[in-house]
Amino acid sequence: MSAQRVSYTLDSTLDTVNSAEEAASQIATEAGFGDEDVMKIAMAVREAAVNAVLHGNAYDPGKKVTVDFERTAQDLVITIRDQGKGLDLAKVPDPLAPENLLKTSGRGIFLIRSFMDEVEINPSTTGTEIKLIKHVHGAPGDGEEASQ
Amino acid sequence: MTMKTSNRQVDGVTIVDCSGRITLGEGSVILRDSVRELLGKGNKKILLNLGDVNYIDSSGIGELVSAYTTVKNQGGELKLLNLTKKVHDLLQITKLYTVFDVKDDEAAAVKSFS
Repeated sequence: MSAQRVSYTLDSTLDTVNSAEEAASQIATEAGFGDEDVMKIAMAVREAAVNAVLHGNAYDPGKKVTVDFERTAQDLVITIRDQGKGLDLAKVPDPLAPENLLKTSGRGIFLIRSFMDEVEINPSTTGTEIKLIKHVHGAPGDGEEASQ
Repeated sequence: MTMKTSNRQVDGVTIVDCSGRITLGEGSVILRDSVRELLGKGNKKILLNLGDVNYIDSSGIGELVSAYTTVKNQGGELKLLNLTKKVHDLLQITKLYTVFDVKDDEAAAVKSFS
């Protein structure tokens, strides 16, 4: 199968978060992922979009969020970019540390890493790019792994 | 699906029946306002029935944590009832399942409040 690619350029709004999530759900379903994997992919995309809109672009109407979906025979690759100052990974806390368990934020990247097979985060001074990869395991319904 | 809540009183416990999505934006705000309103009225025994909550994101998880600590800090108790598999799994992987008092039987949950 040749690679199929679709790209969206979106405003820094909450609607973008919902749009990215819905697109991810639809594309993952069309790619043959099972219901549980579709939910995980859509949620990972939602969390990445939230980071881009809130923490990256800080709702700045002059800044955009781009979401690329690339589907190959092996993978679904989703790349989300913002135009913010660049995520400081050293400041991302471990949400499972006892002292952080009752914090009200800081779980987004943890959930993204939990739900996707591979995650690459590339911050720069002109924005953050996060690449989410889910491997295609085979036939539809083959993605019913238990959560860890 | 938009988040909705409705309240019931059972033996001194306020049961908040929640439905829809608890996500960044409206869903989280509705939950926050609902809990604050109950505390404002002096209702400090709160049982959040999440049986019809089919989706929750990290902001929604944060809102549950906020509700839990806010109620606890005011001398009350907040417990969770009827978690769907999705919400249950999320609380497991974030290690919050053991933080919250989670129940699956309403009558027993009501009795468990001190």
